[in-house]
Amino acid sequence: MTDDPSHTPPPGPDRIRPEHKAHWRGSLRIVAGILLVWFTVSLGAGVLFRDTLDETLPNIGGAPFGFWMAQQGAILCFILLLLTYRFLMNRLDRAHGLEDRATGGDA
Amino acid sequence: MTQEMWNYLFIGLTFAMYIGIAFRSKVASTSEYYVAGGGVSSFANGMATAADWMSAATFISMAGGIAASGYNASRFLMGWTGGFVLLTTLIVPYLRKFGKFTVVDFLGDRFESNIARVVGVICAIFICMTYIMGQMRGVGLVFSRLFDIEIATGVLIGSAIVFFYAGIGGMKGITYTQVAQYSVMVFAYTIPAVFISLLLTGNVVPQLGLIGDYTREGAEHAVPLLDKLNQLNTDLGFAKYTDGSLTTLDMFCITAALMCGTAGLPHVIVRFFTVKNVRAVRSSACWTLACISVIYLTAPAIGAFARTNFMAEVHENTYEELPEWFHNWEERGLIAWVDKNDDGLLQHRAGDVFEGRTPEYTDTLGAHGQRLISNPLTADTNEVYYDKDILVMANPEMADLPMWVVALVMAGCVAAALSTAAGLLLVLSTSISHDLMKKIVHPTMTDKHEVLYARLASFGSLVVAAYFGINPPSAIVAKTVAFAFGLAASSFFPTILLGVFSTRVNKHGAIAGMVTGIGFTFAYITYFQFYADHTNYWLGISPEGIGFVGMLLNFAVTLLVTAATPPPSREIQDMVRDIRVPNGARAATHQ
Repeated sequence: MTDDPSHTPPPGPDRIRPEHKAHWRGSLRIVAGILLVWFTVSLGAGVLFRDTLDETLPNIGGAPFGFWMAQQGAILCFILLLLTYRFLMNRLDRAHGLEDRATGGDA
Repeated sequence: MTQEMWNYLFIGLTFAMYIGIAFRSKVASTSEYYVAGGGVSSFANGMATAADWMSAATFISMAGGIAASGYNASRFLMGWTGGFVLLTTLIVPYLRKFGKFTVVDFLGDRFESNIARVVGVICAIFICMTYIMGQMRGVGLVFSRLFDIEIATGVLIGSAIVFFYAGIGGMKGITYTQVAQYSVMVFAYTIPAVFISLLLTGNVVPQLGLIGDYTREGAEHAVPLLDKLNQLNTDLGFAKYTDGSLTTLDMFCITAALMCGTAGLPHVIVRFFTVKNVRAVRSSACWTLACISVIYLTAPAIGAFARTNFMAEVHENTYEELPEWFHNWEERGLIAWVDKNDDGLLQHRAGDVFEGRTPEYTDTLGAHGQRLISNPLTADTNEVYYDKDILVMANPEMADLPMWVVALVMAGCVAAALSTAAGLLLVLSTSISHDLMKKIVHPTMTDKHEVLYARLASFGSLVVAAYFGINPPSAIVAKTVAFAFGLAASSFFPTILLGVFSTRVNKHGAIAGMVTGIGFTFAYITYFQFYADHTNYWLGISPEGIGFVGMLLNFAVTLLVTAATPPPSREIQDMVRDIRVPNGARAATHQ
C-alpha cells in the first residue's frame, strides 16, 4: 500500500477543488456522448429500427443492414467506443492536471 | 496417435500448466488473495477478464444457439458485449478509485449501512451460486464425453482442480491461470471456424465468410451464404434465419437486461480491482472487450456455417452416405434419426422428432444401422434430432480437421468452464470471509485468519456447487441467465450507479430500491418459471427481460424514498466526490 502524501492530499472538505468540479462536468459530457452512440448502434439499430434499416440501407455484403448491426456491427462499434472513451478521458485528466504521474499507468 | 491419446495429452498439458501457475503464485496476504496485490498489467487483466466472462455455456452452446435461432440470438451477442460499455463508463473506474476489496464494501460504506451490506452479500452469493452450478455441470459433461466416465466423477475432478488453484493461488493464481486459459480458448474457437469458413465460403476470415458467398457447389453457383441459409430454412419449414420471432419490446428488454446485468456482475467488476489505477482500468476495459469480441464476432459465423452445413449434408441423404461425424455423434448420444416414412432417407424439417427432451436409445439397431430410440414419436415430419451443443464440438470433424484440433476444442471447453468457475468461487469466498465475517461478524480478525476463512469458504462453496453439479436442480440451472442477469441488473447496477453519480442518494433510498428491484424481479421470474403453466407475460416481456423493468423500478423507488429522507452525511458526500477524481487511486485495501 503506497500512500504518497505528495500526490494524495488528505481526505476532507478541502479535498474538492474547482478543477475537480470542472473535470466531473467534462466527464459527464463524455459519458453521455458515449452512451448515446452506444444506445443508437445496439438497441437502436439492432432492435428498435432494425426492420426499417434492413429495407432502407444497402446490405453489408450478403447481410441485411439491421441484421448485420445486431450480429457484428454493434460489437465493432463497442470496441471503438471504449477506445474513444479511454482517449477522451485521459485527455480530460491531463487538461485538468489530474492524471496519475507519468509512471503511474501502464496504459 | 488415436483421438483419445490426443485428448489426454492436451487436457493433461493444460492442467499441468494451470496448477504450475497456481503454485508459483501462492499467496499469503488478503490483498494478494482478493485483488492480486493490485499490480496486474491491463493487458493481462483484459485476457483474464475475458476468460472469466466466457463460461462453458458461451463456449459450447452460444454458436449452437445462434445456429438454432438466427437473429433472435443477437440479444446475447449485443447484451454480453454492450454491457462492457456500461461497465467501463459508469461503474469500474469509480469503484477502482474507491479502492476496497469487494463490490459489497462499496455498498456498505457508501450507504453507511450493514443492511445494505447484507442485501449485497445475499445477492452476490445467489448470483454466483446459480452461475457456478452450471459451470461444474459443464466440466462434468465434457469430461464424461472425453474419457467415458460418469458425470459425477467428472464434476469431482473439475472441483478438485478449481479448488487447487483458486483456493491456493487466490486472485493472483486465478489471474495468471485465466490468461493461459484465454489463450487456449481463443485458438480452440477460431481455428475450426477458419477452416469451416474456407470449406463453405472460400473465405479465410469467418466474419467475412458470414456476409460472403456460399461457394461449396462451385464458383458459378455462388449465392450469398445468408440467402442460401434462408432458402434452406424456408424449404424445410423453419423461419427465415435473418428474421426474429420475439416481439420488439421483448427483444429490447432482454438485450437491455443482459447489458445492465453484465455491468452489475460482481465477479466481473472485481477483476478491475486488480490493476494499478484508474487510467489502467480504462485501457484494461478496451483489452477485455477486444479479447471477448474475438469470440463473440466468430460465434455468429460458426452458427451460420454449422446450420448451413448440417442441413445441406443431412437432408434427403441416405444414412449410409452421411459423413463420418454424423455417426460419431450419434454414437455419443447427441444425434438420433427415426425413419418415420420408411424411405431410407433422412428428412430434417421444423418440429420435434419425438416427445421428451433427449432421446432414449434402445440396444437394437435399425435396418440402416441407425440407433433406435424408444421415445413416443410426434406427428411432425422431422426425422433428425441433434443436440445444439454439437455444432461447436463437431465443427473440427465437419471441416475434416486433424485430431489434435478436436483435442484442442475439448481443452478449450474445459478451460472455459474452469476459468469462470474459479472467478465465481473467488467472489463467493470473498463475500463470506470478507463481507460477512470480517465486516459484520468479527471485525477484529487478523489478515491471516481472513485468508484462512476465505480458503475454507471456497472449499465449502465448491462442495455445494459440486453437489448441485452432480444433482442439478434442472429447473434452476436452465434458468441461470434469467436469474443471474435479472438480479444483477435490478440490484447492483442501478444502486452502484446512483451511489456514484448522485451525492444525494441515501441509505434509505438505496435499500428500498434494491429490495424492490430484486423482490419484483425474483417474484416475476419464479412465478413464470415454476408456478404458472402459461406464458401470458406482462406486456409480453419474458422472464429473461424482466430484470430491465426491475432496474427501472429500483431507480424510481430509490429516488422517491431519497427525496423524502435526509441527505447522507458530509463525509459520505465528500467520499463520493473524491471517487470521481481519477488520480491518486491506491492499492485496494480493507481499511
